Amino acid sequence: MRICVVGCGAVGSLFAANLATLDDVEVWAYDASHEHVEAINSDGLRLTGAGDVTGRLRATADPTELPSCDFGIVATKAMHTASAIAATAHAFADGCVATVQNGIGNEEVLAGHVERVIRGTTFPAGKLVAPGVVQWDVKGDTTLGPFEAQPAPFAEVERLADACTRGGMPTAAVRDARGPQWRKVIFNAATNPLGALTGLTHGRVCEQPALRRLASQLVDEGKAVADAQGIVLDSDPEELIDYAARPDVAYEHKASMLQDVEARRQTEVDYLNGGIAEFGQRFGVPTPTHMSIWALVKGVEASWQQ
Amino acid sequence: VKSICVAGAGVIGSLFAAHLARVAEVSALTRREEHARALREQGLRVSGRAEFDVHLAASTAPSELPEPELVIVACKAGDLDDVAARLEGHWPDAIVMPVQNGIGADEIVARHGDWRLLVSVTFMSGTRHEDTHVQYVLDTATWIGPGRGTTPADAQAVAELIASSGLKAEAFDDLRPAQWSKLIFNATVNTVAALTGLPHDPHFAALGRPDDLGHLVQGLMDEGKAVARAAGVELWEDPWEMNVLATQRGSAHYPSMLEDVEARRPTEIDMITGSLVREAHRLGVPVPLHETMERLIKAKEDTYR
Repeated sequence: MRICVVGCGAVGSLFAANLATLDDVEVWAYDASHEHVEAINSDGLRLTGAGDVTGRLRATADPTELPSCDFGIVATKAMHTASAIAATAHAFADGCVATVQNGIGNEEVLAGHVERVIRGTTFPAGKLVAPGVVQWDVKGDTTLGPFEAQPAPFAEVERLADACTRGGMPTAAVRDARGPQWRKVIFNAATNPLGALTGLTHGRVCEQPALRRLASQLVDEGKAVADAQGIVLDSDPEELIDYAARPDVAYEHKASMLQDVEARRQTEVDYLNGGIAEFGQRFGVPTPTHMSIWALVKGVEASWQQ
Repeated sequence: VKSICVAGAGVIGSLFAAHLARVAEVSALTRREEHARALREQGLRVSGRAEFDVHLAASTAPSELPEPELVIVACKAGDLDDVAARLEGHWPDAIVMPVQNGIGADEIVARHGDWRLLVSVTFMSGTRHEDTHVQYVLDTATWIGPGRGTTPADAQAVAELIASSGLKAEAFDDLRPAQWSKLIFNATVNTVAALTGLPHDPHFAALGRPDDLGHLVQGLMDEGKAVARAAGVELWEDPWEMNVLATQRGSAHYPSMLEDVEARRPTEIDMITGSLVREAHRLGVPVPLHETMERLIKAKEDTYR
């Protein structure tokens, strides 16, 4: 089985390095960073922290080098989905492509370029600390399911899930993957921007009663938007927020949006709060808090142009 | 009015004290002893829009200062309760005029004595260089209106005195419409600027895309207007129009709350947004957006406490 990880940042690296430990899987990684690609090719892709893994795989920044693959796992930042899949789609002409990205709307973008799409949601997190080296901060589960509008065959979804699980990334194949996805989107949209706007880690956001209430307000608006689409959340995002705040889980974790703001990189707010706000508008559900948070984070991004 | 005490000699207090010392007997009540000593020994220097030096009495104890007819309380909003407490029992015949941002400063002062009160809003600004040197930057007006026990004529007399000293001042028969316009404007512009890092620039009036900041600014101002309506106040100026005009001026203003968070100082959130939210709760008007901004600013303050 040949799998190509498209976008080998923190999350992409967790998949790529773990899958590369399997004998029956050939792993490729496509990433725009030449430094990162060269480091992976010469020294392997190294994970430290929650797990110590060094994966041997082929990395490239040149999409024409990619062979035909059975599966793609897209893990770019959401704003890079379109350009990344446009460059690599040829490798998946006979395969299936899964997204494990943040936010809502990535499947629709992939479906514009490839035939068979897998809706995915993943919880593990980390950060790229040096070319070829990723710190694995948080372990967690992944859920994959056929994308309703352009589904991959369920047997293929199961085959990919099985490989990920055997590689050390526990993954479930499910018929309807919208519930886990919306739970994560709501979780992220309710917590990431609060960290990004205040500078606080996840645990410290949750310690402040006023901010924790604000997170709940965001959760409630998000749940109403999911309800309106007939999506049944697989569990309550509130539980996830409190679970992640535990010292042994993600208390000290700086949400990716806070990492982005500190590095002055464009954030994924358009696909989180913006995604919820847009679906809310489409389904007639008011989301005033998501709208406000969305505008504030866009304002932060705009302030870097000053 | 011939004798004035300025309580709190920061930027605004120093500007009042120095200018008024040219037309009246002025003393300064300071928090720090070395500040009072420096003022007694070196006087106070103004630069910028006006250049002059004055001498004045200064102390950390009201009992050591001559009895004034007017007390201008110009400390930071967060220190107002402490400063008013220090004035307790002193100068019962004086008129006291707090000049802090927000609304409700007069009520805080009123808890500490039966003085007659004036209410005010000041738009002037400056930069403090030393304890004894302040630069006069923006020569915008101070607006004054009657409060507990005072009349429009009292407000007029104080406004004329301030104007005669070289600062700008205007008296209102009822200050609340102007005060509320400024409060709604300030609570919105300061918090949005402090959270985004943007100075008050055209982003604040942009409405083209759903994620443009103008929608949030408008939402915050609409909540504020609903509170003013419930309080029976008809606004002096429409805050949204003030916002649009201010962002068209070309040079973007740095709101004080943005400066405060960038310097990792405590902000005036309690006096600005806090006073609006307290009024809203008292009147039963929902202000979820202002509450959101207040929570976020307080959390931001916590990161550097």
